[in-house]
Order: sequence, then structure tokens, then C-alpha cells
Amino acid sequence: MSLDPGTEAALAEAVRDARGPLVVRGGGTRGLGGGGEVLSVAGLSGITLYEPGALTLVAAAGTPMAEIAAALAAERQMLAFEPPDLRALLGTGGAPTIGGAVASGASGPRRVQAGACRDSLIGVRFVDGSGRVVRNGGRVMKNVTGYDLVKLMAGSHGTLGVLTEVAFKLRPAPASMATLSLAGLDPERALAAMTAALGSPFDVTGAAHLPGEGRTLVRIEGLGGSVDYRAGRLAAVLSAFGAVAVERDPDAVAADWAAVRDVAAFAGRPGDVWRISVRPSDGPGVAARAGGEAIHDWGGGLVWVLVPEGTDLRARIGPVAGHATLVRAAPETRARLGTFHPEPAPVAALSAGLRARFDPRGILNPGLMDAAEAAA
Amino acid sequence: MEMPDPDRGVLARSARIVARLAAVLPEDAVISDPLETRAYECDALTAYRCPPLAAILPSSTAEVAAALRVCHEEGVKVVPRGAGTSLAGGALPTADSVILGLARMTAVLEIDTADRVIRVQAGRTNLSVSGAVAEHDFFYAPDPSSQLACAIGGNIAMNSGGAHCLKYGVTTNNLLGVTMVTMAGEVIEIGGAHLDPAGLDLLGLICGSEGQLGVVTEATLRILRKPEGARPVLIGYDSSEVAGACVSDIIKAGVLPVAIEFMDRPCIRATDDFSGAGYPDCEALLIVEVEGSEDEIAEQLGLILQIARRHDPVELREASDADEAARIWLGRKAAFGAMGQLGDYICLDGTIPVSSLPLVLRRIGELGAEYGHRVANVFHAGDGNMHPLILFDANAPGQLASAEALGAEILKLCVEVGGCLTGEHGVGIEKRDLMSVQYAPADLEAQMAVKDVFDPGWLLNPAKVFPLDASSAHRVAAE
Ligand SMILES: Cc1cc2nc3c(=O)[nH]c(=O)nc-3n(C[C@H](O)[C@H](O)[C@H](O)COP(=O)(O)OP(=O)(O)OC[C@H]3O[C@@H](n4cnc5c(N)ncnc54)[C@H](O)[C@@H]3O)c2cc1C
Repeated sequence: MSLDPGTEAALAEAVRDARGPLVVRGGGTRGLGGGGEVLSVAGLSGITLYEPGALTLVAAAGTPMAEIAAALAAERQMLAFEPPDLRALLGTGGAPTIGGAVASGASGPRRVQAGACRDSLIGVRFVDGSGRVVRNGGRVMKNVTGYDLVKLMAGSHGTLGVLTEVAFKLRPAPASMATLSLAGLDPERALAAMTAALGSPFDVTGAAHLPGEGRTLVRIEGLGGSVDYRAGRLAAVLSAFGAVAVERDPDAVAADWAAVRDVAAFAGRPGDVWRISVRPSDGPGVAARAGGEAIHDWGGGLVWVLVPEGTDLRARIGPVAGHATLVRAAPETRARLGTFHPEPAPVAALSAGLRARFDPRGILNPGLMDAAEAAA
Repeated sequence: MEMPDPDRGVLARSARIVARLAAVLPEDAVISDPLETRAYECDALTAYRCPPLAAILPSSTAEVAAALRVCHEEGVKVVPRGAGTSLAGGALPTADSVILGLARMTAVLEIDTADRVIRVQAGRTNLSVSGAVAEHDFFYAPDPSSQLACAIGGNIAMNSGGAHCLKYGVTTNNLLGVTMVTMAGEVIEIGGAHLDPAGLDLLGLICGSEGQLGVVTEATLRILRKPEGARPVLIGYDSSEVAGACVSDIIKAGVLPVAIEFMDRPCIRATDDFSGAGYPDCEALLIVEVEGSEDEIAEQLGLILQIARRHDPVELREASDADEAARIWLGRKAAFGAMGQLGDYICLDGTIPVSSLPLVLRRIGELGAEYGHRVANVFHAGDGNMHPLILFDANAPGQLASAEALGAEILKLCVEVGGCLTGEHGVGIEKRDLMSVQYAPADLEAQMAVKDVFDPGWLLNPAKVFPLDASSAHRVAAE
């Protein structure tokens, strides 16, 4: 059986009346769910407010990403954090929703320049585990009124509350873009090249290294003349690392970065996929210890690795300032290793305390985020 | 301003508490002489004052932890303090509290331009963080006008903004990690030089929590390479409606200026008289700043001026060199000082949706007339963060109260049109009792649940942020 409320009030009632665990579902694209009754948010759908002149958008949590992307494209605007579409990687179907994007908190290559999902998110409404409707933040970009539960909800995977409405600040879509690429660099040299680009004044909006293809990519975006200028200056900086190719065709640029964002290189290939967040300069070392195949995004600060099934990656990479998340694996592996990196005891205690407050009955996606803590 | 009754037990034990603090801190780090504790009786919201029981000035995370353990055991309230520039009374002591000042914790712990981070102790001033990386041509982006004085710990507690946050974001968007000591004296590390939280985003929760969840002792901050150049343009209009429409069109056109500042006529007059900036005599003035190389600046300004002209400006002033650019900024930067010349003022900080600008400005004018106070408006128009300045005479009986009442009306108006009470200054005590205008009881309960988790005894920065009646059950349960 599944619950499919059509209003926030009905959703709150469904949570209040729940007798057991609920699996909160947006578009059902993540495939992370444990056991329990499915609570679908898809019935809460639609853009409730879009003011292009104020760079703000508010939408019901179940609104399909595609609908939002189309509305924004019509005004040449975008969500700055480049939400990934991991369906091909995870082998799942469904239509991704905006609430699902927020609950997973995932951010694409532009993270290095425009921030993460949590930085674009300016307001939420959610139903907590007791069925209470809570509002935090709002529809304005600058807001320090009270505690920031908006950030807390981003990336909380539905464990603190069921999102019903989300508000974002937007960015103008770039009029023009370019990808500069280098070929054949090893991870250390690639890191050095990405670091040089990100440490330049040329406002880089993406820096990734794809060892599988032997390519290192740097992206710039903006007004046409500005992109011309910066492409020239950056090519000069990067020429220290080899021959620089400059791609200016918008479709080709978009395709390259969509592939980085969606981890396309690992889609459809056997093995477990991990996502490791580290200090950029630690990236090559972590990838080497991990073994398998890597993709480096965020200028080296985000390392995706494809390793043989069942690999205990955290044991392999050893203690590291950062954390490793298990993104794709068989349920046994997930149960054994935990999806999320164990947190230090005092931090885990705070997280557990928050969960106990927001979801006292422990019915919202139970175990999804705290499995790793239990292992710690 | 209603404050809870001081804890008599704590007051009675004050000598013992001071002695215990002195036992875990260097001799000169504990201040209890009433003549000296007076220095901590208020922050920049000077209308409210109350000397603390004592002030302590630890020099390390370990000392902060030791002192907090003592206070926790003794059940003593603690008010963290950076530089005391809060405009919301965020650092106002209570008579039964200990001020924990970060003024001695100013060290730079690490600079790494390759990973683009700096790690500092939380008492370091905002400007000196940028100063520490200037030789590498890097900077720390959030730039509150108080940046010469205010401390990073205060910025984190208030999630402070600045003139350039339209492009670079506010403190929370530039903070990567903290070392924080809980009220129980436990040292915790959250985040670091990596970009993503490991589990729940506790860092996002701590930033903007007004010193009520823990004492931040160290911070890892994102630093950026300086742009090649920056230049402002000044645009004058004879109505604020038109200026608002111009702002909206600039944003829609796809240019992302680093700053769009707005001043209304009373503010233009006052600042011009004070600074001699030579501003035009008009209803509304915009300063729009863009960054990049010479050619990139020209490209962006070309677009902006084209849009501005469509709205029939009374003045368009470009800067051909650094000197002229400085003159454009001169009056804006002097705005608060200029208003100070005219008398005492209250500086509000509500945010509104940019589309409501004309309506809100008109209503503020009407409300000002109704209450008999002059109101000047200067604000960050790109993001709708307003700073109405209400003028009053502190020596005239009743004037502070009526200025505050007018302020409350204006903030209610901000909430009514879909905005909020405070965009960057924080709630503190100043807006505490208005919180229920913006938030329903369940919304406040959810926030107070966070407080319960981090500081179950409700000892950190007491009587701030939450209306006393809303928090009373939590505080009673904590005892
Ligand atoms: C002239 C002037 C201009 C200003 N301009 C701006 C502006 O442009 N933008 C803006 O956002 N603000 C502005 N402010 C407000 C103020 O400067 C900021 O709120 C600033 O961040 C406060 O920093 P502080 O170090 O002075 O903190 P304090 O005033 O000492 O404390 C502020 C709050 O932070 C808490 N706190 C301080 N340190 C810590 C710590 N280490 N750990 C935990 N909690 C802590 C305190 O308890 C208090 O609640 C301005 C103020 C003035 C006087």
C-alpha cells in the first residue's frame, strides 16, 4: 500500500496517523529506501511563485525537475547548483522531483563557484515526524531571522521531515560558455592544472579530471566577450600543462559537464560507486588508495570511484579529513558498510538528538542516515 | 525590554564562580571588578545595557572548554562576544551571566591558497582575514561595513552579509568548518577544508544561531582570488518605482553585478551634505558595481547602462578612473556616519521581495509621517535587504519608544509583503518579541528543539532570539 496525499494538510495527517515506518518518496529515482509504507510527495506539485526579476522560485516539493528546468529556461535562468541526474548511474527510473533534489542535497560541478544545493535553497516547508507543519526561511535571499533549518533540511534525506515546499534563489543562465581541456595528465598534474585555474581571477565554474578519457576540463561561463577574454587568458595559464583545446559550442560544453555531473562514465558498469568529499590536495592520494577507477570533480575535492563489489572503501583509504558515501551497491554491502561515513561520537550524538526531536517515533526513512552512526 | 529575573543562586555564588574560573584561566583573563565589567555592558545596540557578573578572555580552545565546564557545572549562563558590534543586542549580557570574549583569539592557523582556504581563531577581525591573504591576491568575500572591527566568530553567529554578497553570498556560503565548544565543555569539529557535510548539515545550523548553540573558537573559511578589477556606475531616477524596475531589469538581463545599492532622497541629501560626494538631487539613486578586466567591465556596464537609459534616468555617472569610482562610493560608504550627524537613529534590517520595493518605500514614508520620525533608506537592492534608518532624539522623552514602535511597524510590513525581520543583523533582543509575527508557534518550536539538543540547560546567550513566553516551557524544563 502507498500513501499519496494531494495537499500538505493531507500529508501531515498521513504522517500523524502512521503506525509504522514511512519511506518518503519524491520521484523514486534514488533507490535508497528501506522497508515501510511508501509516502509519495508526487501529489504536491507545481510552481507556486516565479519572479524572474527577483531571481526567486518557489515550488511544491513533488514538482518534476523537468517542469522547473523548462520554466527557468524560458526566462534564461537556472538553479545554480546543477542538480545531478543519477538515474543512469543507479539504474533507476522515475521522474526526479525538486524535493528529492533538496533531500539528497546533491550538487554538480558548479559547486566550486556557485555553492551547493543548500546555498541556493532559501526557504522550506516540511512536515516533521509528529505530523507538524514547519516553515523556515522564506522567499528572500537574505534572511537571518531565527535558526537556519533550511540548511539542515537540505541533504537530510527525509529523515527530519517530509519537504512539502522549497524556495530557491536563482542565477541567470550564462549567455556563453567554454570548456578548456588538457589531455593525458596524471591525477597529480591534473590537480595542479585545476588548482591553477581555480586560483586564477577568471571565475572558473567547473574543474574536473576524467582519467578514463584522459581529459582534464575547466569551464567558464558568462557574457560572450568576457568568455572570449577569459578563455584566452586561462588557456595561457593552462598551457604550462600541455596543449589546450577550447570548446565553444554550447551543446558540446553542456554535454561534457552533464556527463561529469551525472557520473556518466560509471553508468551501466559493474562495481560499487562511492563518492568521497576531501580537501582537493588530498584527492589524488585518496583515489590512489581507493584503487579502481576515479573521476575527480570540484577541482579535486570530489572523488567518485568505481570499485569491485563489496569493497570496504573506507578501510582502504584509511583516516582522511573528509568522508566517503556509498552511492551504488548491493543491499548486503550497504547493510554491512553503511551508506554514510561514521561521524565522531559527539557529532553523531548531536545528529541523533536532532532526529529524536524532529522524528520522535523514528518513522521517517528510519535507518537511512543513522546506519553508519550505529556502525561507529 | 523584558528580561528574565537573574538567577539569585548564581548571584549569591558569584565569588566562588569567579574563583573557579580563575583557577582554570590565566590570571589576567578573568575580569570581575564592576568598574571593568562595565566595558562589556552593551554592544552596538547601546540603548540596552547590563554589566555581566564577570568577563573572561580565554586564549585557546582548551581554555574556552575549561571555562565552559566550570560554568556548566555551576549552572551559569554564558554570553559569547566577538567585537561587540552587534546592532541587535546579540551580545548583551544579563546580570547573572559571564561574558566569554574572543578578543585574545586572533591567530591565523593556516593559509592554503592551493586549496583556497584559511583557518583562523574566531576572534580575528573580518578585515584582517582578507588582510592575511592579500599578499597572495586572495580575499575573504563577506564584507560587512563593520569589517574593520567585527570578529569572524560574531560573523558566524549572525551569518553576516556585506555589500558584495549578491555575487559571493553571505557568511554561511563561505564557511567550511568550525571548531566549537559546547556549553558542556566538549570540543567538536564540524566540516573542514572539504566542501560537503558528512551527514546532517550541522555547520549550516550553527551559522546564524547567534551564539546559542556553542562557542566557535576556530573557523575554516573559503578564500577567493581577487578579481582583476571592479567599477561602479551611478544612476539617478526621479521615482523609486522606476529605480526598482531598473534593478529588476538588470537582474533579468542576465548580468550579475557584485553589488546593487539603493538610496532614497532623505539619505542622498544627508550623505551628500556630509561627504560632499556630489550626488544628484533626485528621488532614488542606484550604485551598481561589476567586476572583471577592463573589457569585461565595459561589456557589463554597456548592458547595464543600456537598460538604465530605457528607464529615463535623471543622471548616469560612469567612473573613468579609480578616483571617480571612489567618489561614487563615497556617499554610500559614509551613509551611516552621515545619519549619525543628523541625530540618533535606529537601523532596521528587514528584507523584502524586490518586487515590493515601491510599495514598501511608500508605506515607510507614510508610517514615518504618522509617527513623526524622519526615515532614510539605504539598502542592498539586488537582494531586497533594506536598512531604513529611523531618526530620533535620545534626550527627548518618549522618542526612543516611538522610534522603536515605528521600527516594529516597518518590520511587520516587511513580513507582510513576503519578506523577513532581519536580513543580516540578527534577532538578538531587538527583534526577539517580533519573531511570532514571522513564525507560527510550530515554526518556533522546531527552532527551539535545536537549542534543546545543543544546549539542554538553555545557558548559552540567554533571553535572545525567542520571545520569552514562547521559550518559557523550554527554559523551565531546562532547570
Ligand atoms: C557601523 C556598523 C555597520 C555594520 N554593518 C554590517 C553589515 O554591513 N552587515 C552585517 O551583516 N552586519 C553589520 N553590522 C552588524 C555587526 O557588525 C555584525 O553582526 C557582526 O557580525 C558582529 O560581530 P562581532 O564580532 O562584533 O560580534 P558581537 O557583537 O560581539 O556578537 C554578535 C553575536 O555573536 C555571538 N558571538 C560572538 N562571537 C561568538 C563566538 N565565537 N561563538 C559563538 N557566538 C559568538 C554573540 O553572542 C552575539 O550573539 C554592523 C554593525 C555596525 C556597528
